[in-house]
Amino acid sequence: MLSELFPNVKMEDIWTAIGETFYMTLISLAGTIVLGILLGLLLFLTAKGGLWQNKILNFLAAGLVNIFRAIPFIILILLLFPFTDFLIGTIRGPKAALPALIIGSAPFYARLVEIGLKEVDKGVVEAAKAMGAKTHTIIFKVLIPESMPALVSGITVTAIALIGYTAVAGVIGAGGLGDFAYFYGFQRHDFDVVFVCTVLIVIIVFIFQFIGDYIANKLDKR
Amino acid sequence: MITIKGLKKVYPAKHQDVLAVDNLNLEVSKGEIFGVIGYSGAGKSTFIRLLNRLEDPTEGQIYIDGKEISAMGKQQLRKSRQEIGMIFQHFNLLWSRTVRDNIAFPLEIAGISKGKRRARVDELIELVGLKGREDAYPSQLSGGQKQRVGIARALANNPKVLLCDEATSALDPDTTDAILRLLVDINEKLGLTIILITHEMHVIRKICHRVAVMESGRVAEQGDVLDVFLHPQQQVTKRFVEQVMGDKDQEESLHLLENYQNGKVARLHFVGETTNQALISQVSKQFDVAVNILQGKITQTQKGAYGTLFVHMEGSDEEIARAIAFIKTTSVEVEVDADAE
Repeated sequence: MLSELFPNVKMEDIWTAIGETFYMTLISLAGTIVLGILLGLLLFLTAKGGLWQNKILNFLAAGLVNIFRAIPFIILILLLFPFTDFLIGTIRGPKAALPALIIGSAPFYARLVEIGLKEVDKGVVEAAKAMGAKTHTIIFKVLIPESMPALVSGITVTAIALIGYTAVAGVIGAGGLGDFAYFYGFQRHDFDVVFVCTVLIVIIVFIFQFIGDYIANKLDKR
Repeated sequence: MITIKGLKKVYPAKHQDVLAVDNLNLEVSKGEIFGVIGYSGAGKSTFIRLLNRLEDPTEGQIYIDGKEISAMGKQQLRKSRQEIGMIFQHFNLLWSRTVRDNIAFPLEIAGISKGKRRARVDELIELVGLKGREDAYPSQLSGGQKQRVGIARALANNPKVLLCDEATSALDPDTTDAILRLLVDINEKLGLTIILITHEMHVIRKICHRVAVMESGRVAEQGDVLDVFLHPQQQVTKRFVEQVMGDKDQEESLHLLENYQNGKVARLHFVGETTNQALISQVSKQFDVAVNILQGKITQTQKGAYGTLFVHMEGSDEEIARAIAFIKTTSVEVEVDADAE
């Protein structure tokens, strides 16, 4: 029955596309989390009144974040072609999409991390200082655990944005469901393929949202 | 135990610098509960943060247990902070940690091994009366319980000094009393020196041995709690004493009510009484006078009862005179209104 409704959809190809979408999303999400938390911490700690208050460093970090957030993703991919070629050795396929995906979403996540850290009760940080805690103790045992639900919600939002980015990257040949929908659906006028890809992407987004919400909820003991 | 010399804190501001603490000198002895009272903006909050250098002083020296806190480098300061406990108005517990893990936090910071941490935490939970709530999260606790966790946490590394920053201001009166009793208990059991700041005079009255009254960054007045209650010198101190004792002027207006035909109206001052608290029943037993209490307020401090009672004594003139003569031999001060006859 499915083959009657969607005559042009080949299941094997779809599975490959789903695999590529997950590959791009998960690997780039891991990179985004690491880079985003580092950048977010840098933004938070170097801000006025922060533990490492530093005007110049804060200005540089904020500038970097703002510039990369301002560049539209499709242009960022094109802009990064030489860099990607140098790093990965090719500009096609899911692997080649990773640098652009990470560089495109890490600044976004960094801002979410910064917001999460700002919401940590200043009194708790003061209490830790009064106990004689070192800065790294305050970061790893106070700031990060106390902002964990916000960090996880941020990861969820970022992951969903990333799924969108992978589809955009698909249009220039990165693979995944976006690629499949564009080349095998849109360009061949097989709109059933476009439709199936859309439904699958929506389902993937829902799965990420559900898992993210569940974890954030579990962590929140407030 | 604690010596403070010429302490000063200035916050630079655009138009005019804010002088939060101005040339403050204090001496606190070992095992003492020392209270600092003042209205908001008096600088008491800054003052207590200067003691463990959560704020850095602009000028002056702070010595705690012979070591100059104000001259320490970062490393040394962190070590010293482990010996200075602090509790807060809003508790400042980590919501992501259980009661047990919150109390263990300062031990982790001090690098105590896991096994020893556990034993010490159990001891502290017992001490502050939180048995059975070890695995609760702060959000599941009442305000009083949260402050008990705060106290246990502050005591974890066996500090010599405990700083209390408005520790009872967010609590209801019953809970406040329970927490204050716990502080006195700890003070007596562990010989801990406690410095507390508050805007509530009843806190000072209940647990402090000595008090400093702060106003615009300076100590307006300081001394034994009883002396300050009894002979408040400054206007600001008088207002705080009224918080607890009621308004003096209102008591004076009692004269208007003194339309008694017989007997005398006397004013009895109880000044740190521990021996003569049963004075009224003594007088009515030993002398042929009826004692009628008109108005008054007696309050308990760490050094005995303090307050004033207005009494009306009825009986023959001689008997009243003898009764008053007797009261004069005790440590209770008595004033008789001449026009009351």
